[in-house]
Amino acid sequence: MRRLAALLALTAASAAAADDPAPERRAELLHLVKQDCGSCHGLTMKGGLGPSLEPATLAQKDAEQMQFVILHGRRGTAMPPWSTFLSEAEARWVVDQLKKGLPR
Amino acid sequence: MNLPVILVLKPVAIAALALGLAACATPEPRGTGDLGLVVERAAGRVMLIETSGRTALGRVEGLGDLSHAAAVFSRDGRYAYVFGRDGGLTKVDLLGARIERRVIQAGNSIGGAISQDGRIVAVANYTPGGIRLFDARTLEPLAEVPTGSKVVGIADAPGNRFVFSLFEAGEIWIVDASDPRKPLVKKIAGVGKQPYDGFITPNGRHYIAGLFGEDGLALVDMWNPEAGARRILGGYGRGEEPLPVYKMPHLRGWAVAGRYIFLPAIGRHEVLVLDSVTWTEAGRIAVHGQPVFAIAQPGARRVWVNFAFPNNGVVQVIDVADMKVVRELQPGRAVLHLEFTPRGEQAWISSRDDGAVVVVDTSNYAELARLPTASPSGIFLTSRGAMTGF
Repeated sequence: MRRLAALLALTAASAAAADDPAPERRAELLHLVKQDCGSCHGLTMKGGLGPSLEPATLAQKDAEQMQFVILHGRRGTAMPPWSTFLSEAEARWVVDQLKKGLPR
Repeated sequence: MNLPVILVLKPVAIAALALGLAACATPEPRGTGDLGLVVERAAGRVMLIETSGRTALGRVEGLGDLSHAAAVFSRDGRYAYVFGRDGGLTKVDLLGARIERRVIQAGNSIGGAISQDGRIVAVANYTPGGIRLFDARTLEPLAEVPTGSKVVGIADAPGNRFVFSLFEAGEIWIVDASDPRKPLVKKIAGVGKQPYDGFITPNGRHYIAGLFGEDGLALVDMWNPEAGARRILGGYGRGEEPLPVYKMPHLRGWAVAGRYIFLPAIGRHEVLVLDSVTWTEAGRIAVHGQPVFAIAQPGARRVWVNFAFPNNGVVQVIDVADMKVVRELQPGRAVLHLEFTPRGEQAWISSRDDGAVVVVDTSNYAELARLPTASPSGIFLTSRGAMTGF
C-alpha cells in the first residue's frame, strides 16, 4: 500500500513536470506576463489599474482559482480571458511563477 | 507632506558631449524645440532625442519603475517631468541631460499634468488614490487632494485647473489650483461605470472620459461645469458582447481632427468618430484590432492608430476625409506609442519587442531612422509644453 502511494506520488510528480512548458515557451510566457499582464499589473507586478500580483499579495490566494481567472477573466472587471493564448498547464505554471515571484 | 527631495549634485558628463558642446569651453546655446525623450520602460531610463537630425543625444538613468510612464514639459521646453509607476516624479533637464530633482510622492502613480501657468505639476495616483500638487521649480509639495479611488485621465484646463476621472467611483473632479496650497474641488458624480481614461480638447473646453464598464463616454463642458457630465455615444456597442481588451486604450493624444474626434472603441475593433459640434456619432471605422491610441497627425488629414496585444505589430492610418484606413504599417513588434513632430512631417513610433524607435516620413511612409532603444514605450516631444491637455 505504501509502495502504491509512492508510485502514485511519483506519477503525479512526473506528470506535473511533463506539463511544465518547454524552456523557450517559458521565456515567452515570462515576457508575456511582464510586458502584457504588466500593462495593468505593472512591470514588477506591484499593481496598477489591476491589483498587485506580488507573492505577498498572492500568498493566501488559491492557485486553482488564480488559474481560472487567468484563463477565463473576471466579469465586471478589466481582467480579460487569456485562454486563447495559454493552455491550462501554462496558466498553472504562470500562477506558480507569480506566487514565487518573477525572476528580475 | 514630508517628502524626500533628492538633489542630484553630480551633473552627468555625457550631457555636454551628447549635445555636441564638449569641444568648446563655453557651450554653444541651443534651443529645445526639437528635443524630446523616449521612455525605456524596463531600464528606468529615458533616452533624449532630437528630431532635426533624428538622433539619440544620450540617456538619463535612475528614474525608477517606468512601467507606465508619462511626461509633461516646462513652458520653456527645458525640463521634462516624468511620472513613474513607483510614484516617482522626476524633473529631467533636457539640456543638461541629467536629473534636476526627484521625489517619491506616492506608492503607485499613473501620470500627471502641468498647470496653464507652468508653475504647478499635478500627479495622479492610484495608491493612495488622489492627486498631489508640486511646485514645478522645486518639486516642493504644495497640496494633496485625496479621492479614495484610482485617478485616471488627468488633464490641465484653462484657469490653472486640473480635471480627472475616478475609476472605481465613476466621478469626474475639477480642481482649481489658482491657489495651489488651497485647491478648490468640484465633484461631478455618476458620470458612468469605470472611467478608464480621459482627455481635454485642444482648446481646453471639453473634457471627455471613456468608460470601460459601459458603452459610452462622459462629456464635461469646462465653460459650464455646473451642468455636470453628459453621456455621449451611449450604447455604441449595440448590445453586442464586447471582445476581450488586452490593453486599455489611451485617450490623451491629439485625436481631434477638425470637427471630428477619433476615439478607440472598447471591446470592439473600431475607431469611433464623434462630431464635436452635435456630440453625436459621425461614423465608425473598422480597424485591425483593439485600438490603443488614435492620434491625429498635425494638419488633421490623417489619424494613426496602434493596437492592443495580440495585434500590436501594426499601425493603421485613417484618412479623415474618406474615413477609412488608407495605409497599414508594420514598423516592429509590440508598437506601444507614437508621437508626431509638431508640424507632422515625422512620426516617431516605439516598437517594444524590436527594441527600436522608428522614425517614419509621413508624406510617403518611408523609414527615416531606426534608433536602438531598450523596451521603448512613451515618446514625448517638448512641443507638448505649449499645448493644453499635454
